[in-house]
Amino acid sequence: MSLAPSNSSNPVALALRDVTKRFHGAAGEVTALENITLDVHEGEFLAIVGPSGCGKSTLLSLLAGLEHTNEGTIELDHEAVHAPGRDRLVMFQQDALFPWLNVLENVLFGLRLKPGLSDAERVESARYYLNLVGLGNKEKSRPHELSGGMRQRVALARSLAPNPRVLLMDEPFSALDAITREQLYSDIQEIFTKRQKTIILVTHNIREAVCLGDRVALFSPHPGRVQRVFDIQLPRPRRMNDPALATLAAEVTAELSIHLSQPS
Amino acid sequence: MKLPRPVIPTLVALAFFGGWEWLVSSGRVNDVLVPAPSQILQWFLEALKSGELLSATWVTMRRLIIGFAIGVSLGVPLGALSAQVRWIRDTIGVLALGLQTLPSVCWVPLALLWFGIREEAVLFVVVMGTIWAVVIAVQEAVLNVPPLFLRAAQTMGSNGWHLWSHVIFPAALPGVISGMKQGWAFAWRSLMAAEIFVVIVTGFGLGSLLNAGRELLRMDQVMGVMAVVMLVGLLADLIFFAPIERWLRRSRGLAR
Ligand SMILES: Nc1ncnc2c1ncn2[C@@H]1O[C@H](COP(=O)(O)OP(=O)(O)O)[C@@H](O)[C@H]1O
Ligand SMILES: [Mg+2]
Repeated sequence: MSLAPSNSSNPVALALRDVTKRFHGAAGEVTALENITLDVHEGEFLAIVGPSGCGKSTLLSLLAGLEHTNEGTIELDHEAVHAPGRDRLVMFQQDALFPWLNVLENVLFGLRLKPGLSDAERVESARYYLNLVGLGNKEKSRPHELSGGMRQRVALARSLAPNPRVLLMDEPFSALDAITREQLYSDIQEIFTKRQKTIILVTHNIREAVCLGDRVALFSPHPGRVQRVFDIQLPRPRRMNDPALATLAAEVTAELSIHLSQPS
Repeated sequence: MKLPRPVIPTLVALAFFGGWEWLVSSGRVNDVLVPAPSQILQWFLEALKSGELLSATWVTMRRLIIGFAIGVSLGVPLGALSAQVRWIRDTIGVLALGLQTLPSVCWVPLALLWFGIREEAVLFVVVMGTIWAVVIAVQEAVLNVPPLFLRAAQTMGSNGWHLWSHVIFPAALPGVISGMKQGWAFAWRSLMAAEIFVVIVTGFGLGSLLNAGRELLRMDQVMGVMAVVMLVGLLADLIFFAPIERWLRRSRGLAR
């Protein structure tokens, strides 16, 4: 057991300043995010939690460079983010594994696009991450032959293999059953402690956020705003049924219901 | 007791052809109008021996394969372009939608005028039969590639040609294959129509053989060619499309 590292002394990796994002949908203009200001430190696990529609996926798309801000800036290591890049990989809610590739080839997809590696190094690295997520024996399988939990593990390996600066996760566990999820929580925490990655996880599950995050940013909807940021000072590895965790989760839930009960 | 599955179809076929043979040989049906199966078989063997059937089949297959290949190699990039570029979709895409509904044998008069009574005229008709179905299928398949795949690939550093060759095309492949299959069926039908109705001096295909049977009032030849046409269609599916589709289903677990 190790104490949760205090990452706030680390340098800032991702800096968001007054980020606003609007969409022009069929029902007119929607402000998905308004004035989001957040710092994510090197090696920090930030969990963003909020009800659905509060702009969590939009925020990740902006960080990934798949969408552009209307106002405000996003910087990674003091450089503006404006396009997708290998330094920010995304793990999506549904596994976006390619059905025409087997497990190993899927993990190799990002590695093959990374310059400066030999093919042997790429395969070695892919195998390393497949072993890390416990699927070393499945490299020849096709995605459709795996369970939902295994597919998400492959997706995790695929996102980790090119060694991104920041790992972005968009509700990666929400389609999984509770037992598989619990297993993945401990896997993620182990990988996080081992690799000291900077991770941003988006979820609508408050307990999950408290279980995984060094900090939990609570978002409120319409428009999406940061309502409050909680520091989670629990030792890792954390377990979902830990009473201390439940207490903290209740605190976050209370804060959320304050907002939801206010007439808007 | 449970019979093996092929038993009943075999019995039905035997009864059908036996009854047919009997109706004709007993004189109840005029064999000028409907030849007996044995007469058709006899024509088939003779035509096979004389080489007539094989050469006609070869002429037809050559036209079909060349025309189909041209149609696909034009149709795939055109469909991809049409999916990618809005104004092309609004022009060529819409045109393709219209032309796809036009039986391509309708092109015969123009083709003859433009190319003369030559091989090119037949090929043109076959290409017109293939290309629009392929364009539309490829366009739809590309537009239906899940955005999630594109986003995932882009964040991993894929873009431009790499994105097309490693993500969009593989993802669209099942749709492209079914478009090719449809294009093949259209090409096959239009080629037969063209061969039957137009005397093409540059080659004597299956359609011409069927038409010659009509002119000679040899219904054994007409029905024999019909059987061969059917067989070729089935074989093309069995040899070419079925294995590809099986492979797609197996490797991707596509439910059908
Ligand atoms: N491409 C889009 N076009 C129009 N509106 C969008 C688009 N993407 C998201 N939105 C809107 O932005 C808001 C936030 O969506 P999203 O980021 O998906 O929320 P979450 O992931 O928290 O559920 C929602 O109101 C949604 O309808
Ligand atoms: Mg979402």
